[in-house]
Amino acid sequence: MLGTGLTWNLRSDVHQLFEFHFMVNAFRAGTIVAVLAGAVGWYMVLRRQAFAGHTLAVVSFPGAAAAIWLGVSVNFGYFGACIAAAVVIAAIPRASSGQTYSEESAVVGTVQAFALACGVLFVSLYGGFLNSLTGLLFGTFLGISDHQVITLLVVAAVVLVALAIVARPLFFATVDSDVAQARGVPVRLLSFVFLVLLGCAAAEVSQITGALLVFALLVMPAASAQQLTARPTLGFAITIALALLITWTGLAVAYFSVYPVGFFVTTIGMACYLLSVVIGHSAAYVARRAPRGVVVA
Amino acid sequence: MTLLAANAFAGIGHMLSHPFLRYAFLAGTGIAIASGLVGYFIVLRQQVFTGDALSHVAFTGALAALAAGINLRIGLYGACILFALLIAALGNRGSGDDTTIGIVFAWILGLGAFFLTIYTTSRSGTTGGTTGINVLFGSIFGLSRATAQTSAVLTIFIAVAVICLARPLLFASIDENVAAARGVPVRALGFALLFLVGVTAAQATQAVGALLLLGLLAAPAGAAQRLTTRPFAAMWLSAAIALASVWAGLSIAYAAPKIPPSFAIVATTTTVYLVSILVKKYAPTLHLSTPERAPVSP
Repeated sequence: MLGTGLTWNLRSDVHQLFEFHFMVNAFRAGTIVAVLAGAVGWYMVLRRQAFAGHTLAVVSFPGAAAAIWLGVSVNFGYFGACIAAAVVIAAIPRASSGQTYSEESAVVGTVQAFALACGVLFVSLYGGFLNSLTGLLFGTFLGISDHQVITLLVVAAVVLVALAIVARPLFFATVDSDVAQARGVPVRLLSFVFLVLLGCAAAEVSQITGALLVFALLVMPAASAQQLTARPTLGFAITIALALLITWTGLAVAYFSVYPVGFFVTTIGMACYLLSVVIGHSAAYVARRAPRGVVVA
Repeated sequence: MTLLAANAFAGIGHMLSHPFLRYAFLAGTGIAIASGLVGYFIVLRQQVFTGDALSHVAFTGALAALAAGINLRIGLYGACILFALLIAALGNRGSGDDTTIGIVFAWILGLGAFFLTIYTTSRSGTTGGTTGINVLFGSIFGLSRATAQTSAVLTIFIAVAVICLARPLLFASIDENVAAARGVPVRALGFALLFLVGVTAAQATQAVGALLLLGLLAAPAGAAQRLTTRPFAAMWLSAAIALASVWAGLSIAYAAPKIPPSFAIVATTTTVYLVSILVKKYAPTLHLSTPERAPVSP
């Protein structure tokens, strides 16, 4: 598959990278997916719905497995399963503050386990396709067709437009849901809409990173950005930039190695997060020191 | 009627005449009781996300051990216990809003994919792939006699430990501050519970697989919480539901070979949970024995 392998000549490396059409498609799909994951993930981290996000992400596995078993388009499986799971999770009453026991986490955990169990069943019914099973779980960037890229693009555009429409009220409802409710913002409806958008995003991202590692691309850029800045617009921009950086680097490195793309995406994401924690803490330290110096002087 | 009963018994006898099913029932019984008991506290303390994280860590631990060429179980227990203690040391409860835990386990899972590739490419044929899939989705019908016995002994230890700790743990879970003020070692209890969860996760991974662990931890406990608000009754009920589900799941998988045992077990726990939701919703009269909700919130 590889021409001459990785060299020190950056230009020839980049040239090699885009030599094959499948790799160009992988980068196109990766770019679409990174922008979407960054945007939706930013809200997910802000809303503290990591567990729900992770569950929606893994649900894409049984969806795809069912689609393969039934012989229908994989896209139906991905989006159908993720949106269905989003509806189920949205139907759970959220914990109100001051309540000691909430059922939410038990239900989310059960949905997740049941969905994965269904995935096992469909794989077993289909009858053994171990290589593509690993691809479904841990991601593959080979064989993304032009048609698939266009589907990804259309769905991503729809999700981003929907997110842009609800962006302001959703932000309000996230930051202070009680006050937002008092001001007439439909908090519960927004929460439902957001979960459906999160489900669509998870379905898209899992086609690149695999069902088990979607969560990494959703959570890592957003968490890094929120370590770096508290300003919403800037944080949003940093999130998308980091998501693009992580995906592009991950794809490029994976092209030149035998290891799965998911491993590189998660590792680069982890490095970004650790770096941003260090930067965030040192910035906070400097900020703490500076005013005191002024007062003493 | 007697004929039917005789047939049922004959069927069970026939089922248990297979050694692999006896081992599966032996290991499954222990794992179910341990997960049901531990799961009750996990759900009560809203630490289900920790169980989620542990199930992924279990995968990476097992695959890392395989890639290094050592016994799978060393990696499994090592990774689960280390990660559980790490979460406890971080001092938080690892609930669903915990981004840091999410990031760490996403990365650890990525590492797992890496080890899977190392292991698969170092072997010829598909054995590597099959082992990876077994770790993810369980292979309870493939347990050896020694594994099943070890599992049974370890899970008895877990169950006894949870029962011994149940009272102080309940106090610490329901009102941490008051418990601490009354001299309950809240932090040590948190460590102990997560240690037990780690061992349970490592055990359950061998039966239902890493990814389906939550089905045994969260669903029976959630159903038990639905059905009764009395703490100790709920704890025992959770263990009983888990046990019944594992037995039912194993029998279903035996009767219908196309159905993987992991799916049958998790599907049963999920069904029980669904039924408990419906019972609570449409037949509130069944709950006359339930006392009024204790005023736990300040």
